[in-house]
Amino acid sequence: MTSITLNINGEPVSGDVEDRTLLVHFLREQLALTGTHVGCDTSQCGCCTVHLDGRAIKSCTMFAVQADGHDVTTIEGLAAEDGSLHPIQAAFQEHHGLQCGYCTPGMIMMAADMLSRHKKPDEQTIRKELEGNLCRCTGYANIIKAISAAAEA
Amino acid sequence: MYPSPFRFARANSIDEAEKLFVASNDAKFLSGGMTLIPTMKLRLATPEDVIDLNAIEGLAFVRRNGDTLEIGARTRHADVAQSSETRSALPALAYLASMIGDPSVRHRGTLGGSVANNDPAADYPSAIVALNAQVKTSQREIAGDEFFTGMFETALEEGEIITSAAFQIPSRAGYSKFPNPASRYAVVGVFVADFDGTIRVAVTGAGPRVFRQEEMETALSKDFTPAAVKNINISPEGLNSDLHASAEYRAHLINIMAARAVEAALS
Repeated sequence: MTSITLNINGEPVSGDVEDRTLLVHFLREQLALTGTHVGCDTSQCGCCTVHLDGRAIKSCTMFAVQADGHDVTTIEGLAAEDGSLHPIQAAFQEHHGLQCGYCTPGMIMMAADMLSRHKKPDEQTIRKELEGNLCRCTGYANIIKAISAAAEA
Repeated sequence: MYPSPFRFARANSIDEAEKLFVASNDAKFLSGGMTLIPTMKLRLATPEDVIDLNAIEGLAFVRRNGDTLEIGARTRHADVAQSSETRSALPALAYLASMIGDPSVRHRGTLGGSVANNDPAADYPSAIVALNAQVKTSQREIAGDEFFTGMFETALEEGEIITSAAFQIPSRAGYSKFPNPASRYAVVGVFVADFDGTIRVAVTGAGPRVFRQEEMETALSKDFTPAAVKNINISPEGLNSDLHASAEYRAHLINIMAARAVEAALS
């Protein structure tokens, strides 16, 4: 076991992890931050997308020990303290950017990363940026609408 | 808990990483982890020790020195793609980096990791060969033409660590790949570089490892146009044939991707 300390959603968090623990399992199973999902076993689906030091990464493809000393933001960290939704979350709600909802946390975390790099992405850019996030309901049309709307908000 | 148990060590210097490697019976270096970690999750790799190179300082940079562009081994694909140095000196390389995997992969994956792993369908090996790069390691420098020796095999010795790659800056260059629609790996990728009339064409994805296409180099040195490479007869013999594409299809794609790469170099 290795002791790690990192900032999660702005709060310092410590824990003991086996070296082989993936970051996503530390978040979900040790910290009960179950908003971050696991949709595949093969690092392809993007459901587990979180931000590491401000950049979108797949938390299933990083060991928790590697996050020691770093900043992690999960879907739980997006809404304001009073519970009001982040503009991207609000846009997903407004434009029905989800069907079953399983991919949604990853989609929203990727959208937040995308909008930090592209101010007003066009549809083609949004589609390219979502290459690593799969929606098995194939609900992409409304996800793209929601991200476009959030960019305008 | 998918991977089998291992010991994790964070190296703070190249020297420390090499010592840790020597002390282990079965160690793997961890850079971006975009291949190693998925492979460990499937238990296709089960190292006893994982030596993390991410905390070593001085390995992430893009620097122009005269007619070379040197990129640190731990530079993430996204940083290579966004770097103003890359975009001005070697826009074809910035484009190549921007097409690797997806944004999350580009935020973690590194040049050194990709080059050391030498996946036959990886993008970077084509740039290392076409741009006549020198691969710098903890022990020496290796010429791009000598670096990739076979499928997932390189000239690196056990425990040797890539520190940077110095790419020659050509007068013009272009890269084009036909990506696998799921993985974005190259089914075929072609990098074309023109060094004042001396042409280098490197093909990735098509064979067991990256290779130069000399007939195309000769044709382009006489006539640097897409038409010059479109009808060169490429033999499917020795090319990869798998569920993604037959050898014949890959041979055909070499023509198409080469023509598009030339078109990109001209634009």
